[in-house]
This record gives sequence, structure tokens and C-alpha cells, in this order.
Amino acid sequence: MVNRALGAPRLSGPQRLPEHAVASDSKGQVQPLIKAGDSRWADNAFFLAMLVCGLSVLALVGLILYELIAKSSLSWHAFGWRFFFRSEWDPVNDQFGAFPFVYGTIVSSILALIIAVPLAIGVAVFITEMSPRRLRGALAFTTELLAAIPSVIYGLWAIFVLVPLLRQYVQPWLARYFGWTSLFQGPPYGIGMLAAGIILAIMVVPIVSSITREVMTAVPQQQREAVLALGATRWEMIRTGVLRNARAGILGGIILGLGRALGETMAVTMVIGNRPEIAKSLFAPGYTMASVIANEFTEATGDLYLSSLIEVGLALFIVTVIVNVLAQLLVWTVTRGTPARSHA
Amino acid sequence: MPEIVTASADFAAAPISLWRRTTNSLVTLAAATAVILVLLPLAAVFGYLVYKGIGSINWAFLTQTPKPVGESGGGMANAIAGSVYILLIASTFGVPLGIGAGIYLSEYGRGSRFGNLIRFTADVLNGVPSIIVGIVAYGLVVLTQGHFSALAGGVALAIMMVPTITRTTEEMLLLVPQAVREAAYGLGVSRWRTTLSITLRTATSGVITGVMLAFARVAGETAPLLFTAFGNQYWNWKLGQPTAALSLQIFTYAISPFDEWHRQAWAGALILIVLIVVSVGAVRLAANRGMLKGAN
Repeated sequence: MVNRALGAPRLSGPQRLPEHAVASDSKGQVQPLIKAGDSRWADNAFFLAMLVCGLSVLALVGLILYELIAKSSLSWHAFGWRFFFRSEWDPVNDQFGAFPFVYGTIVSSILALIIAVPLAIGVAVFITEMSPRRLRGALAFTTELLAAIPSVIYGLWAIFVLVPLLRQYVQPWLARYFGWTSLFQGPPYGIGMLAAGIILAIMVVPIVSSITREVMTAVPQQQREAVLALGATRWEMIRTGVLRNARAGILGGIILGLGRALGETMAVTMVIGNRPEIAKSLFAPGYTMASVIANEFTEATGDLYLSSLIEVGLALFIVTVIVNVLAQLLVWTVTRGTPARSHA
Repeated sequence: MPEIVTASADFAAAPISLWRRTTNSLVTLAAATAVILVLLPLAAVFGYLVYKGIGSINWAFLTQTPKPVGESGGGMANAIAGSVYILLIASTFGVPLGIGAGIYLSEYGRGSRFGNLIRFTADVLNGVPSIIVGIVAYGLVVLTQGHFSALAGGVALAIMMVPTITRTTEEMLLLVPQAVREAAYGLGVSRWRTTLSITLRTATSGVITGVMLAFARVAGETAPLLFTAFGNQYWNWKLGQPTAALSLQIFTYAISPFDEWHRQAWAGALILIVLIVVSVGAVRLAANRGMLKGAN
């Protein structure tokens, strides 16, 4: 596959041999093929340059961690662990507690996953197992196109299309039939936790579905044939032969989607309402860790205010790193067994 | 042996129960519904972008700077140029670093523990929320310089480009057969020449794909620019000054209370999405042409 794909290296025309590769000179005397040490320093310099580039990746992550820790120390010393459990956010009196943001981030992300996961797995199952072969590529491409739309455009669309739709039709309907759950109570503003959850769900679907597709494809074809040979229907084959084998990877995809939802900023900021309140109802406005940074960072007067915002950022960074690492490991457990798609 | 044939025929004749057949059909239906439910917002987003945006794109929009509140007209020329400017700054830092790290991983760090560490870190960096990258660029550049600047925005986007470019470059270089490298060594070509003129060159189209993907990924980023490039109502070409960006302008206009600005936000969004989809589409087309088969 590799050979057919790339063919011969695309060299432009016959190349002249490097001088030192010529075996003999004009007098017919044999010369050493390579003069020792000829290119050793150049090789070493090149290696060092590439090593520095590689190290820069490590340095960047170290730098992020350092910047966040150093600049949030003021708030850490002032509030300690209580910072994450306090609900006041009062810049005027220098009282800061991140609980409403933590709460908003968790609720909006979980809401997004509840909506997105069944859809994403459905899409992945349809594309890999059910769709006509001809449609497969086009469907995969269009669902991945959802991931290419910038967050700010989702936000714009949500403000002017999704929110009015929720306000006029969806929220009154939910309040009438499901109001008793107390999740769907209060005035239907449109803007609020529900809108944020839905827009996040749309953004998370392509991630979860592409990982799910990847791990489902990694399940060997023999598994499917074996289950079908036992007389299973197509769904039974998918459930017992494919999904069960890929479940760790699918979980990894879901967690990766969670990571994206936790850190997503612009679209959420534009529709969640930005009020540091903790309300039971999903119609109520909320606030997330990422959006409080986006909204208040440039206005943060006072060192403690800025430092508190950066501490929120530090917490978000640590959580997303943990979530992403966990997701990577889970995806690896499934795809590791299959032949690597790239090898030399 | 006739007995065995009969036995298997009996076995096959056992019908699949109605319950199992119904479940099968229902699940197929559910999966197809999921596809439709997912494609619906996609169609809605693109439909609205074209519907609302196309009417507001005109010559003034593409050539003028924003007018003050209350006056109609004006455009986003400075923001479009600003976005390109910031992306150029980001590429000058991000592309060489990313490609270099990719070369290190595939040519020197294959299978080594240190290589794995860098590979893993690149994946971690890929998952860092963009707003956090903004904070870091703010601390690094804005605080040092004393004011918001195009440079700070460029640095933030560069940090986001590096991991994408690193990983795609690595994957593309790994696709180049080892024999090609050996052929070059056999001719006495030094290792660095081989890497640059043979290996990297063979994988050029794939590496460019990676760069374009990174480009598309950061082109619409807003969060890391909020407190780095900051935005500007006027033209700016100075590295050290606040600069407008298309995504920032869309954000500011979208959350403003003015209809005229909403209109322009849609137009700006349409231009942004066209730029991104064209670049992603071009990459996809190139990939399907067979230049990069096996890479996707």
C-alpha cells in the first residue's frame, strides 16, 4: 500500500551524484567513497536543530504550566483550595470563588455529551456498517466538516438562529410537558445552559464519531464474518462483534469529546448568558470556566482579580490534560493491536 | 454425504424471529436518523451563512474599515488583512518548529523513549483549550511589551499550530520507504541532505497537507486572540500594535445590539468559512488524488 501510494520518490530528473560519491577520479585512481568527517559536523548540526524543535514541544507545555502556576500564585495564597468551592465572585471587594464556573462547565459539558454521544455513535455505526459503500466517503467528509467550522461561527449561528428557536418553540414545549422535573422551569430566555449544551453537542459530535469510526474500523473483519456465520442479524453482529470489541476506544472518543467540551470558549460564551449563578433549571443562564476568562480577562483590574482568572485557567488546563491523556490511552488499547497505518 | 447436507439445510431453515428482525430494522432506522440529525445543523449553519451573509458582501465591505456606531456602510478590510497578517506571523514561528519536531520524531526519535515522550506531549498540547494558550501568550508577549499586539496573537496561534504540524509531518515522513533513504546513503549522501532533499521532498505534499490543516484550524480561532491581538478599528501593520482579526470582529459584532453590525458579522463569517472550507477541501481533493493515500 505504501509503495503504490507514494510510488518512487519524486526526484526531478536524473540527479548528479554528489562529488564525493564518485569512486575514481579522472586519472583512474581510486578515491575513498566518502571522505571521513566530510559531513559529520553538518549532520550533527542538523540533528541538534531538529532536537531543539522537538524539545520546543516539551518546552511549550512546560511554559504553559509555568506561566499559569506563577501568575496564579497570588490567588492560590489568598484562597487555597476553598477557591473552587466558594460561590462569591465579587471583583469590587476582591472576593473570588470559582464554584459557579466549575459547576457551569461540568453541567454544560455533560448535557452536551448526553445529546452528542448517541448521535455520534449512530453516525459512526451507520457510516462504517450500514451505509452503501459509495456514500461512505461523502458522509464521513460531511460529518467531519462540522469540526472545521470555527467556534465563533457556531456562536453567531446560535445567537441568531438556535436561541430564538429555543425561546419560541422548544422551551415552552419542554416546560409544558417536562416542567415537573424542575430541569425545565422558569422564563424561556433562549439563552442559557440548554443553548450552551446543544451548541456544544453539535461541536462534539464530529470528534466522538470520527474516533468511534476509527476504532470500529480497527476491529478485524473476521469478527464480523464469524458472528454473521453464527446466524446473527446485522445489528446483533454490530453489537456483539464490533461495538463490544471497540468499547474501550469508543469510551476514549467520548472522553476526548468531553475534553473539547470542557475547554470550548467562544460559542458557549455567546449563548450561556454569563451569570455566575447556580440554578437547577437548564433554562437559567450560567457561566463556564473558559467563558469567564474570555469575558473578564481584559477588564480585570487588580492583581488578585487577574490572578484568580488565571487560577481558573490553571484548573481548566489540568483537567483537560488529564481527560485527554485518559482518552489517548483508551483509544490506544483498541487501535494498538492493528497494524500501524504508517511504517517504514 | 447426504445426511450432513440435510442436517445443515434443516438448521438454516430455522427462521430469524420477528423480534430480532424488528430490532435490526429499528436500529438501522435509528442510525440513519442520527445521520440526518447531525447533518441538519451543518446544513442550517451553511444555509444561514450564505443566506444572511451574501447580501452584505460588497466592494465597500471588502475595502473599507469599520464605520462608527450609527453610520451604515464600512467594512472589514482591516480585519481580513489583520487575520492574514497574524496567520503569517504564526506560520513563521509555527511551521518551521512543527516540521522540525516532526523530522526529529520520524528520523531520530522512532521508538525511543524520548521520542515517545515528545509525541505524547504534542498530543497533550493539541488538547489544550485555546483560551489557555491565549493566557500564556498574554503573559509572554503582552506583559513583556506592555501592550496588546499582532505579535502576541501570532505567538498564540503558532503554539496551536505546532502539534498539528508535528504529528502530520511525522506520519508523512514515516510513509517514505526506508529503502529510499538507504538508496541515498548508498550514494554517499549525508544524512541531513538525505532527510531534506530526499525524505522530506518525497513527502512534500503530505507535509503541506498538515500545514494547511493547522492553518484551517487556527484561522477561525477567536479565544486566543481576545487578549493578545485584541482587535483594532483601523489598519495596522506594526508588529507591536493591536491588530484587527476577522474572528474577533465577528465576535464583537455578533454580541453588539446593532442590526447593521449583525449583518456585517454574517458577511464576515461567510468570508471566514469560505476561506477555511476552500483550504480544507483543496487538501481533501489532493488526498483523494492518490498523492497521499494511506495517509488518511
